[in-house]
Amino acid sequence: MEEFTEEIIPERVPDEPELLPGQPPETPAEESIADKVRIISPTRLVLKRFFRSKLSIIGLCMFIFLLLFSFLGPLFVPWEETEVDYSGSHVTTVVSVETTVNEGQPDEETFTVYFIEEYTSTINAHASAFTYSNEGENSRLHLFGTDENGRDTFVRLMYGGRMSLMLSFLVVIIYTVIGIILGGLAGYFGKWVDMIIMRVVDILNCIPSLPILLIVGAILDGVGVAQAVRIYYMLGFLALLSWTGVARLVRGQILFLREQEYIVAAEALGMGPMRKIFHHLVPNVMPQLIVSMTLGLGSIILYEATLSFLGLGVPISMASWGQMVQRATQNTEILNYYVMEWLPAGILIVLAVLAFNFIGDGLRDALDPKMKR
Amino acid sequence: MVKYIIKRVLYSLVILLIVSMLLYLLIRLLPMDYVEQKFLSQAQQGTISEAELYRIRELYGLEDSSFLGICRGYWNWLTAVFHGDLGTSFLYNQPVTEVIADHMWISFGIALAAFILQYVIAIPLGIKAATHQYGAVDYTTTVLAMIGISFPSFFIAILLIKVFSLELGWFPMQGLQDANFSGSAIELFGNQLWHIILPMLAITIVSIGGLMRHTRTNTLEVLNQDYIRTARAKGLSEHTVIYKHVFRNTMVPIVTMMAGVIPSLFGGMMILEQVFALPGIGQIAYRALSQGDIPFIMGYNMFLAILTVLGTLLSDIAYMIVDPRIKISK
Repeated sequence: MEEFTEEIIPERVPDEPELLPGQPPETPAEESIADKVRIISPTRLVLKRFFRSKLSIIGLCMFIFLLLFSFLGPLFVPWEETEVDYSGSHVTTVVSVETTVNEGQPDEETFTVYFIEEYTSTINAHASAFTYSNEGENSRLHLFGTDENGRDTFVRLMYGGRMSLMLSFLVVIIYTVIGIILGGLAGYFGKWVDMIIMRVVDILNCIPSLPILLIVGAILDGVGVAQAVRIYYMLGFLALLSWTGVARLVRGQILFLREQEYIVAAEALGMGPMRKIFHHLVPNVMPQLIVSMTLGLGSIILYEATLSFLGLGVPISMASWGQMVQRATQNTEILNYYVMEWLPAGILIVLAVLAFNFIGDGLRDALDPKMKR
Repeated sequence: MVKYIIKRVLYSLVILLIVSMLLYLLIRLLPMDYVEQKFLSQAQQGTISEAELYRIRELYGLEDSSFLGICRGYWNWLTAVFHGDLGTSFLYNQPVTEVIADHMWISFGIALAAFILQYVIAIPLGIKAATHQYGAVDYTTTVLAMIGISFPSFFIAILLIKVFSLELGWFPMQGLQDANFSGSAIELFGNQLWHIILPMLAITIVSIGGLMRHTRTNTLEVLNQDYIRTARAKGLSEHTVIYKHVFRNTMVPIVTMMAGVIPSLFGGMMILEQVFALPGIGQIAYRALSQGDIPFIMGYNMFLAILTVLGTLLSDIAYMIVDPRIKISK
């Protein structure tokens, strides 16, 4: 994605005290000017800078909204993820056909014949937004209508969100851990360890990931992996392909940090390599890692949506945003007449990715000591 | 420099070799091979015997699915490649190189048009955003760029189809040309141009944000340099400072970035081509992938891998040429 500047962000180094003119001193007035200066911890400083940017606040709000929507939302909707509205609906279609009688004759006449097809379906399919199920007294609201199988679109959006958010967090955490470990080892030990790990990185970078995921999906189907768990394997495989960026980042930072005085001091104190890597070096890479993880969440959501779009995601009965959009490409009728069945899903994908991009960007600016604002 | 390039090329060859091994192994692990898929109905009806299937498999070189058999298949593929033969596509019954060459240019044309459109829009906007940092232009472009990046390509494609072809009827929905088109070559070109506008827009919207932000960051970096202060201190007009001193230096990383987009220029867009039903290489590859067409999958993926390697190599070389401060390490 983005490149990161090759410089340290002094997370652990105590920051210079910041003078806050507007802040009334908490100490008695007769104390010296030094007490008017409040020392802000680096974490607080970063948070302050993060919340100063409007975009990051918007991103955070969007993220919280999506979390509440998808994890708490289903409690307030009277439908279940796979529940079909069997209350039935009355369908009327009018088909007009032009017919000509006595063709070629002098008394040729053209009529328009209307065929009115009426039938009562058992499933309340393609119900429009803000309609109720036909259950008499206790009829329930379909806020966004239903899909062609009579399932409530609104609640499926929520369950789809659960899946997307959970999976993306899982994948990002897995590949970041792999990346930290391998990048840390490569950067710290150098020589042949570095050689091998970086060659693997080069190889993985050359492998086109989408075709490979398609092949893996087909293989998993053939091996007889259940549809419900296939997406986990697929995304696990995606994690195996995507740790290279993190590994490069960690390695580069560690190569730089290794020469710093405090690592020499740690060496002099006789610390073991594991302790040095994971207690002293990795925490210093954390700021950049957090940024790359946040941005990574967005791209994994896009990947998950794309896989669902290609039919390699969750099984059809389960909800997923990508799949809801995909139905519009399969069926022009849905694309054209039932906008509520695919548009909200697409918008939610965009919102989720956008939220992570805003937060990641805000964090990047907040963690960058060069930024003045 | 020449030594460095030769070293890099040799190294890339080793990488490509390993990539091809992994790919071949994965493809041969596909549960339904091409023969099985093609003769599935005959096999179910019993009109084709196991022995016949075996003979057909032998023709395709798929008879042995043990590890040794896969190794032998890979060896055959590799030796053929060194003789300049990527094999014949099972599905399209044509040499793989021909299939790629036939369909690559459609993808390339659309990608190139989108690429030019992107640069034409993104660079001026990126520079404008940087020179007016934290202004209205900056915020608008940043937000729009982010929104663009956040769109899944298939969703933007569907939205464009819905709005511009179904609602407004300005552009055709799918395909590369009208189904029953007849006319001169120029009319045909116009017709095709008409058809690729929506795909082009989709690519541009999805990828313009990255370039715009890249330009903005680079311009900001250049603006903070000492020589810009010197230029201003000399009394040069702001116009000269921006368009002569800043712009040229901003272009350095952007020009080198151009080499890096080679894979996306030639590689096709698997998803967009499907949504828009364009006969580009991405869609051809998707069909081949779903039907187990081994020579084509191998050929296509290796084509992509070579493009990736080439892109990185070229952008590194471009960087060295453009920026003389970069030294070759080792």
